[in-house]
Amino acid sequence: MLKQTDHLTKNYGKPDSWTISVYESTGGYRAARKALGMSRELVVDEIKKAHIRGRGGAGFEAGVKWGFMPKEGEKPSYLTVNADEGEPGTFKDRTIMEQNPHALVEGCIVACYGVGAHAAYIYVRDELHLAKARLWDAIKEAKTKGYLGKRPFGKGYEIEVYVHSGAGAYICGEESALLNSLEGKRGEPRLRPPFPAQRGAFGCPTTVNNVESVSLVPIAINLGGEEFSKLSALHEMNDGGVRLFGVAGHVKKPGIYECAVGLTLRELVYDLGGGILGDRELLGVIPGGSSCPILLPDEVVNVPGDKRFDPYNGKSVLDLPMGVDTYRGIGGMLGTCCATVLSDAADPVLAAQNIIHFYRHESCGQCTPCREGCGWLERIIDKVVEGTATMEEVDQISEIASNMTGNTICAFGDGAAAPVMAFVRKFRKNFEDYVLTGGKSQTKTLVV
Amino acid sequence: MAFALSEEREREVDEILARYPNKMAACIPVLHLCQDNNEGWVSPEVIDYVARRLELSTANVKGVVTFYSLFNESPPGRHQVWVCRTLGCALRGGGDLLAHAQRKLGVRVGETTKDGRVTLRTAECLASCGSGPMIQVDKTYHENLTTQEFDRILDRLLYEG
Repeated sequence: MLKQTDHLTKNYGKPDSWTISVYESTGGYRAARKALGMSRELVVDEIKKAHIRGRGGAGFEAGVKWGFMPKEGEKPSYLTVNADEGEPGTFKDRTIMEQNPHALVEGCIVACYGVGAHAAYIYVRDELHLAKARLWDAIKEAKTKGYLGKRPFGKGYEIEVYVHSGAGAYICGEESALLNSLEGKRGEPRLRPPFPAQRGAFGCPTTVNNVESVSLVPIAINLGGEEFSKLSALHEMNDGGVRLFGVAGHVKKPGIYECAVGLTLRELVYDLGGGILGDRELLGVIPGGSSCPILLPDEVVNVPGDKRFDPYNGKSVLDLPMGVDTYRGIGGMLGTCCATVLSDAADPVLAAQNIIHFYRHESCGQCTPCREGCGWLERIIDKVVEGTATMEEVDQISEIASNMTGNTICAFGDGAAAPVMAFVRKFRKNFEDYVLTGGKSQTKTLVV
Repeated sequence: MAFALSEEREREVDEILARYPNKMAACIPVLHLCQDNNEGWVSPEVIDYVARRLELSTANVKGVVTFYSLFNESPPGRHQVWVCRTLGCALRGGGDLLAHAQRKLGVRVGETTKDGRVTLRTAECLASCGSGPMIQVDKTYHENLTTQEFDRILDRLLYEG
């Protein structure tokens, strides 16, 4: 279902779209004012009804996460916003921070109130300098108008929002590593339990939410949670509202497009994305960041025994609505919902090599399966590309990757293993040809 | 010679410290501030300063510095140029752009031009996949790059006053 919307993006491209005057001229800060006049329980309830699935990639319901926070306690509670956008293929949160930063600031106000926090730290990757500057300006503008500080909107609920810079580490996008990094430490993930709602930032109850998740909160408050959720074609699957869809790679119109949840990959790639560069054939799509298994156009939905998939069984995966649970159901992953498109001009072995190099580089090194596994996978795949790998080594790829899966401190290990396993399984012949021809089977690169 | 910040920068450090419930949390923001005021690198003297100011051990601060890719432990060139090497940009010609950069500058990745003007690095995904191939020069992104535009940018860095 292709239904473009503009709840979050209506001011994108307008001059000074990031200023408070433009934001308020289109209804900005009504939600924060409204929310601070509601009870905290009611605010959380509305966000639960909105069914905002975590937009960072894990798809965990934001409202449910808010509900984990203590009602009161000896320690202060914190909100942290994950703005460490680093998942390869993903470039949506950046647009919010650069072009509509007040949506995030307003979202922080409501979210702080909802989780019982008085301070929010927006952890922005250091490289996004423009985003950081725009956020600081937005915070200053909001403070000047009395929307932040000791008495936001005249209510006695103090709220401060700060921008905190990263320093070049993809793993700091993992929520527990982010918390360690915020605390001024090496960005190494933590063992869970305890979870952030029990012990998060500074040993205190903390909610970590993605930029887009928080930015959608004011929209959900204005419309009402249930109304917001029902904008989605997947409302019945508790996957509500609208979201930012990204498309890049071998498409004619790469970019970020806001639509109701329910869009399909075919619509994203061919309608919004303008189709494949050079009108070539589609090789495959990585639906939401490099941690997601690649999907091939001839793959068919086959989920027997789950009624929700009845309308889609037997159809191409390209026509399955892009949802957290629809993709989980087919053994895939929606992730960040920013798709990378590979045409038949792309060599899938080179794509796998590019991806595993990323993971090996970004592994924090704490746990053996990931640290050693990523390195080993990279060495084997490099050998495949050079033409010096054996067939046994190609078999080893899946073995190593499966031994990483589920055996690491955080999901990074799974995120490295899953795409590599998918490439080897779905493009087995390409890998074998490299082995059999000593690398001479390579006729393509990655470019159209 | 010990590393020191100006009075104005010291006030910025105070402002940074006020944002957090403890001093350790200011470590990364203060390291950035110091690096920006120390010709782009974190020297042992900077580590001493941060450790003293934030009441941390130098070992602790050094541990933080070595973890993050954007803290330089040796002086970079006057400008740093990161070329994104990850899949989204690679699909739009990032690999060719990197090869061109190395040829034009006469350096390999990680090296600085002989005149000390430009250090060439690669970066992993910089969240510009829809506008690749792209580079980051110091604190600015340059996206949707052609080789010609890339050359124009590099020439400014190499030859401008």
